[in-house]
Amino acid sequence: MIEMQNLSFGYSGNDPLLADMSLTLQPGSFHFLTGPSGAGKTTFLRLCYADLLPSGGRMAAFGQDVRGLSRDGIAGLRRRVGVVHQDTQFLDHLPVAENIALPLLVSGEQVDMPALGELLAWVQLSGHARAMPPELSGGERQRAALARAVIMSPDLILADEPTGNLDWDMSMRLLQLLIELNHSGKAVLIATHDLNLIRAAKQQVQARVLRIAGKRLQLAGADL
Amino acid sequence: MKKSLDLAALWRGLTRPDPAGTDRVVPPTGFTAQLTVFSAAAMAFLAVFALALALATGRMAERWSSELAQTVTVRITAPPEQIDQQTATVLAALKTTPGIAQARLLPDDEVEGLLEPWFGPDVPVEALPVPRLIEVTRAAEGFDAEALRLRLEGEAPDAVLDDHTRWRQPLVSAANRLRVLGLFSLLLIAAASGAMITLAAKAALAANGQVIRVLRLIGARDITIATAFVRRFTRRAAMGAAGGTALATAAVWALPEMDQAGSFLTGLGFQGWGWLWPLLIPVAAAAIGFVATRAAALKMLREVR
Repeated sequence: MIEMQNLSFGYSGNDPLLADMSLTLQPGSFHFLTGPSGAGKTTFLRLCYADLLPSGGRMAAFGQDVRGLSRDGIAGLRRRVGVVHQDTQFLDHLPVAENIALPLLVSGEQVDMPALGELLAWVQLSGHARAMPPELSGGERQRAALARAVIMSPDLILADEPTGNLDWDMSMRLLQLLIELNHSGKAVLIATHDLNLIRAAKQQVQARVLRIAGKRLQLAGADL
Repeated sequence: MKKSLDLAALWRGLTRPDPAGTDRVVPPTGFTAQLTVFSAAAMAFLAVFALALALATGRMAERWSSELAQTVTVRITAPPEQIDQQTATVLAALKTTPGIAQARLLPDDEVEGLLEPWFGPDVPVEALPVPRLIEVTRAAEGFDAEALRLRLEGEAPDAVLDDHTRWRQPLVSAANRLRVLGLFSLLLIAAASGAMITLAAKAALAANGQVIRVLRLIGARDITIATAFVRRFTRRAAMGAAGGTALATAAVWALPEMDQAGSFLTGLGFQGWGWLWPLLIPVAAAAIGFVATRAAALKMLREVR
C-alpha cells in the first residue's frame, strides 16, 4: 500500500528532518505514529499523501513511485487515502452534509443520499446535516472530517492528532470509529503524542506503534 | 502541465450542464461578480462603437476611392473669346483618347448646383468668370493621364486636367487611418477586457486559496477546480458583453439615417449583414474570459500541490 525505502526528507537542503526511513503499510494494518513535537509526524503523513515529495530514497503508493505521479495521479492517490487533520478545513459556505460529500462531488460520482445519511448517523451528526461548519464544536468537526475522509471508501486512513482538541470521551468515540474502519479492512495510521489513546486502542486492536526519534523511524510497540 | 488541464476537457466542462452543482464548491462572490459583468458590458458597448467606426470608415474610404477614381475633371479658364473654341478642342481630344468612356460638359444648372453652397441659389453663372467643367469618366482599362495632360497643354493651353489626386489622397488616407484606429481600438478593448477578467479571476482565486487547497487535498483534479472558476467567469463575461452589445447596437440603430448630405456621423452604423457583426462581441468576450481565467487558474494551481 505504502512502501518507503531509505526515505529522507528536509525542508532545507542540508538538514533533513527525516532520514533513512523504511516502512511498509499493509492493507488492514493499524499503526500509531508518535514522537516529540516537531519530530516530523505531520511531515511523515504529508509524504504519505504526496503533499510533499521525498528528498531521497524511494516511496511508492499503491505500487506507483510518488515522484513519477502527475498532478492527476496525485489527485487519484488522494482519493484512495482519507486524511483527518487536527485543524480540519471545510468549505464554510457549504452545509456539513455537502462538505462530507465533497470528495464524491469533485470526483464526478453520484452522491448516494441514503448512504450519506448512514454515514452521518455513524459519526452521530445526523442532526447537523444542514448546519454550517463554523457552527460545529471541535468534536463534531473531527467526526465530520472523518466522515469526509472515508466517504470515498479509501484503502488507507491517515489521522494527524485527531484527538488533539478533544476531551477524553470524545477522543474515545473518534478512536472507536477508526477501529471500526480498521475492522472493515481499512489500514489506519494515526499520528499522536497521546499515550493514553494508544493504550486504549491496543486493548481493542492489534496496533503497531512507530516512533520518530533522531530523524529515524523506530518500532516502539513493546514498551506500551 | 498537459496534462491535468487539457482544453477539450475544459470545454466539455464548460458546455455541459452542472446538475451535480460542482460550481458550488467556489463560494459566491457577490459584488465582485457584478463588477465583472458591468465591466464586460461596458467594454462590449465600446467595442460596438469601435466596430461601427471601423466599418463606416472602411465604407467611406472605399466609396471615396472608387467614386473619385472613376472620374476626372478638365477645367477650362480661357478668355471669353477663346473659351468655346478651347472647350470644343478639349472635347474632341477626349473623344479620341483611349481609356475614356465618356466626356461630358457640365451644363450651367449643374455648375450652379456646385456653387450654390457658397453663393446661394439663383447664381448668375453667366455673369461670373466661372470656368467650363468637363467631367471625364474612365473606361475600365483607364487612360494615361500624363500623356493627356501634355496633349491638352498643346491644343488647349488654358485647360487643366484635375484627376482629384491632390484632395482625394488625404481624404482616403484619413478614412483608412480612421479604420485602422477603429480596429486598433477593438484590439485594445479586447486586451483591456482580458486584463480586467484576469485581475478579477486572480482576485477570486487568491480569495479562494484555502478552498482550492482543501479541494486538492480531497482529490480534486486541476480540471475540476479550474472549470468551476472558468465557467463562472466565462459566463459573466458573456452575459455582460451580451447586455452591453444589445444596448450599443440599439444606440447605433437609433442614430439618424444617412441623408443626402452624407455627413460622416450619420453614416456611423451597420449596413445589411453588417448588423450581424456585433453578435461576435459576446462570443469574443466569452473566449477572452475563458482564456484569461484558464491562464490565471493554471498559474495559481501550479503553486498548490
